[in-house]
Amino acid sequence: MWDVVHRLGSPRTFYTIAGRWQPWLWALAALLLGTGSVWALLFAPADYQQGDSFRILYVHVPAAILAQSCFVLMAVAGAIFLVWRIKLADMVATVIAPFGAAMTGVALFSGSVWGVPTWGTWWVWDARLTSMLIQLFLYLGVIALRGAFASRDGGARAASLLTLVGVINIPIIKYSVDWWNTLHQPATFTLTQRPAMPAEMWLPLAVMVLGFYAYFVALTLTRTRSEILRREGRKRWVLELGS
Amino acid sequence: MAFESLNAFLNMGGYAPYVWPAWGVTLAVLVGGGLQAVAEHRRRLRELRRRQRRAAADAAPREAAPRKAVPRGSHDARA
Repeated sequence: MWDVVHRLGSPRTFYTIAGRWQPWLWALAALLLGTGSVWALLFAPADYQQGDSFRILYVHVPAAILAQSCFVLMAVAGAIFLVWRIKLADMVATVIAPFGAAMTGVALFSGSVWGVPTWGTWWVWDARLTSMLIQLFLYLGVIALRGAFASRDGGARAASLLTLVGVINIPIIKYSVDWWNTLHQPATFTLTQRPAMPAEMWLPLAVMVLGFYAYFVALTLTRTRSEILRREGRKRWVLELGS
Repeated sequence: MAFESLNAFLNMGGYAPYVWPAWGVTLAVLVGGGLQAVAEHRRRLRELRRRQRRAAADAAPREAAPRKAVPRGSHDARA
């Protein structure tokens, strides 16, 4: 078990294995996102209350789910780095932070645009929207904090600590729609109940969510490989790659 | 199919000013992020090859390619 962990934690092994997987994951992401988009925009029936404006759901929900998954992964990577000092964990945490920030921004933007015809306003300071805005600032804070240190190790430790503190915001976002009165509708997908929508509405959403996840994995593999080249550029095995 | 014509599709039941910006921004972020990541990886590989060529040139015997005289002892400082 520990042998496997150490081998995967080695940048060299990761670089090779990720290189083998990444074309397939990019292809899978393109396939799922392409299918999901056509299905969601052209074939899903319009909502009986919201009409076609509900098609924003198909980009809003996956972006919001990914924004939170990405933060949790960043916290796990930060903990692994702080406890076992595995450099690869910090590389992953470094490259996924901008993606998480972008997904948070996309969720906020698509939600605001959706709010105009649905709620009559693009913003309210309610629990779900405010906690999501805090999430965006946490991402930006983690990115800025990492860059503010002269030594890479110092920046990595500070960013990991802030991520571990900030992860408390994740359950707040998740349960905000249950704990407080909010304009925001409750969760579309839960693990315990069947979705309240008909299958022809939630199936394309499931495809979109899977597509976003596949994209996230593909992007993380590609960007982590670049980060390995950047940080380990003086190692012999990296120099041998160029030949 | 939920729409009867291309115009009806583009019109999105009157919600076009909301649906298209939300979808447009999302897809632009995804496509842009993907292209940027691939370009970044290519750039790193190019850089690596350049560094490697330089290392190979340094390692080549000096008689074969006479270059500017390097004072003894300063060789390490260039690495």
